[in-house]
Amino acid sequence: MNIKQLASSLACMTACLILGTGAAAAADAEKGKAGYVKHGCWQCHGFVGQGGITGPKLAPDPIPLPAMNAFLRNTKGPMPPYMEAVLSNADLADIHAYLQSIPKAQDYKNIPQLNP
Amino acid sequence: MTRKQTNDKPGRRQFLTGVIAAGATTAATVATTVTPSRAADASARTPSALPPSAKGAEAEAGTPRYAAREAARVKGIPGSDFMVDVIKSLDIKYLPSNCASSFRALHESLINYGGNTKPEFLTCMHEESAVAMAHGYFKIAGKPLLTLCHGTVGLQHATMAVYNAWCDRVPVIVVGGNDLDAAYRPPGVPTFHSAQDINAIVRDYTKWDDTPVSLQHFSQSFVRAYKIAMTPPYGPVAISLDAGLQQEPMKDHGGKPYIPRYVPTAPPQGDSGAVKEAARLLAQAQNPVIAVDRAARSPNGVALLVQLAELLQARVIDIQGRMNFPRTHYLSSPPTAVNGADVIIGMELSDFWAVVNAFTDNGEHGGIGTNSTRIKPDTKLISISSVELNTKANYQDFQRYQVVDVPMAADAEATLPALIEAVKAAIPNERKAAIAQRGEAARKAYAENRARTRQAAALAWDASPISTARLVMETYAQIKDLDWSLVASEGNVSNWPNRLWPMEKYHHWLGRSGGYGVGYGAPASVGAALANRDLGRFSVSIQSDGDLMYAPGVLWTAAKHKIPLLAVMHNNRGYHQEVMHVQRLSNFRNRVPNLGGDMGPVGTSIQNPDIEYHKLAESMGWWAKGPIKDPAQLAPALKEAVAVVKSGQPALLNVWTQPR
Repeated sequence: MNIKQLASSLACMTACLILGTGAAAAADAEKGKAGYVKHGCWQCHGFVGQGGITGPKLAPDPIPLPAMNAFLRNTKGPMPPYMEAVLSNADLADIHAYLQSIPKAQDYKNIPQLNP
Repeated sequence: MTRKQTNDKPGRRQFLTGVIAAGATTAATVATTVTPSRAADASARTPSALPPSAKGAEAEAGTPRYAAREAARVKGIPGSDFMVDVIKSLDIKYLPSNCASSFRALHESLINYGGNTKPEFLTCMHEESAVAMAHGYFKIAGKPLLTLCHGTVGLQHATMAVYNAWCDRVPVIVVGGNDLDAAYRPPGVPTFHSAQDINAIVRDYTKWDDTPVSLQHFSQSFVRAYKIAMTPPYGPVAISLDAGLQQEPMKDHGGKPYIPRYVPTAPPQGDSGAVKEAARLLAQAQNPVIAVDRAARSPNGVALLVQLAELLQARVIDIQGRMNFPRTHYLSSPPTAVNGADVIIGMELSDFWAVVNAFTDNGEHGGIGTNSTRIKPDTKLISISSVELNTKANYQDFQRYQVVDVPMAADAEATLPALIEAVKAAIPNERKAAIAQRGEAARKAYAENRARTRQAAALAWDASPISTARLVMETYAQIKDLDWSLVASEGNVSNWPNRLWPMEKYHHWLGRSGGYGVGYGAPASVGAALANRDLGRFSVSIQSDGDLMYAPGVLWTAAKHKIPLLAVMHNNRGYHQEVMHVQRLSNFRNRVPNLGGDMGPVGTSIQNPDIEYHKLAESMGWWAKGPIKDPAQLAPALKEAVAVVKSGQPALLNVWTQPR
């Protein structure tokens, strides 16, 4: 990454941070649950963000919204980017609120089927 | 080709012409007799099925009418009886096939002259199912099956399964009936079903093929085909079998043709110099890694790999083309284990490039994605692969070119004993302490990885649709005390069985389809379950929805032939790989995918209406239950299903699942 790209990324991340924080204030987990399905997050991460072989877990304890926003807009990894024209900051904030609402998993030691 | 008219007596074909004419008259008479009575029916509706005309009957049967009567008049020993003698000499237990006129003579000989035993005819509803059953059967039994296909159309149906067998290095003997003699074969349907060279359809992905023109030629070809298929690298073979050769009586050549005795060919071993050099590199390595795909061809292959790994305390990455290495062994490692390696030995890898490199489908570089190495630049690579002995040009199953420092065109399992001895001799005494330390680090990494995996499986444990981890582990809980065999796990369930089931025996995991042609899972499961039935084992499959719908008729075959199998459905209601592909391309192009009212992009969902797989299975003689959406209902349903399978019947559970 050269200096120009770095500057651009930082600017984008800063903008995302501001937008992300503002949007989070009005975030709606119920709307986020619908948006999570509509925007295809479930495809690689499962309906409750559990992750799997196609994508890492998103919930419980999602990464902070600004970091998620920055990642989504700039990723060049296996995850395809979601630009704002496809997924707005407000919709992303709702999705993040949904992921935050997902309760913690049980300890695997308390699940007999995972201790055969 | 094999039929010659040598005298003035009516030949078989001339005789048939007469029969056709007589048949036409008879059929016309029958039609005339029947039609008025139907017409007289006061509540006459348009009948759904009218009596066939003579021409129609011929077309439907694909052969002239009264063929059986004609066959009974054939004097002498039918050529197809001798063919049965040849087939029986190879101790082939089953013959999954969809019946067809182009091999009617052999069919008749098999079930009457041959007594329908060794091989026993298994009624299949699609040639792809028949070949895939043979594919699955071999992976358990270690012995190939024979299948018969109708020339052109039947072989065309079979092609996908033949390609899977080719890519998966599995022997299947495919015999296609074909009426070669254009001057005498029946016109119409049988001629549509004939070709000059039906083997051309599958030549690109079979090891060998032939078109015998005499019975002596057939016996040599059939035994040769078996021998070639069973010499590593294994693979499918094809024989085009002329209808006339099957049907006509044996000619007197001063005695019966002989049947060559089958003697297995010893598999190719690695060159002794190359083996020694590989051993030297492995013995001196700081961090050697073993990567295996189809290295173990038998339980002995697993034992040899454990021996090599423990000798070197080398971590083992099982690519899972077969059950190569016990998942419970502390040296069993994830694919990331290549990262710090200084020597990597790959055995029967279908794609060495992908073991040491990464491809990211991220739309970069004009859409072709990003390639990056996963290993240090000076890492030494060793390969033992028999597939190098049998590469063909057209289909690209040989994958990207990977430069290897010590390549051996040889069978891995056959080379392992010599390699183990060479490694023992090459390890200097002063290295032994460091090697033991390597083992301790591997134990720690293994334990940590297991704990992380189990915690990951606990996520979404109570979710509906049911998580794939719960699907897999609830299933295991019900079969763990049985001698179980996971006969297929098509459709991605995040690889939970390989990550969490204590797979140790060769029959615990059979690998995947080979060519990734969807539709393998259901028929291969039935074939493998057939072999397991004979060994008293319990067969279970994780059956995906899209896979089952390619040719669900195999469910009937399983019920018909009393093949016990527990099919637990991973019903995620979509072609999920494609769901993600279309989403990915939409994102790259900054578009919102058109869902068309479904969950996934248009063309990728299997919903609206939802398929009731349990009813589909029930209609074909299976015990079935579903749809199961509540995770709490899964264990009781599995318990019932396991009891049914233990009683000798197949059972299916339609379970609604998370996508992956």
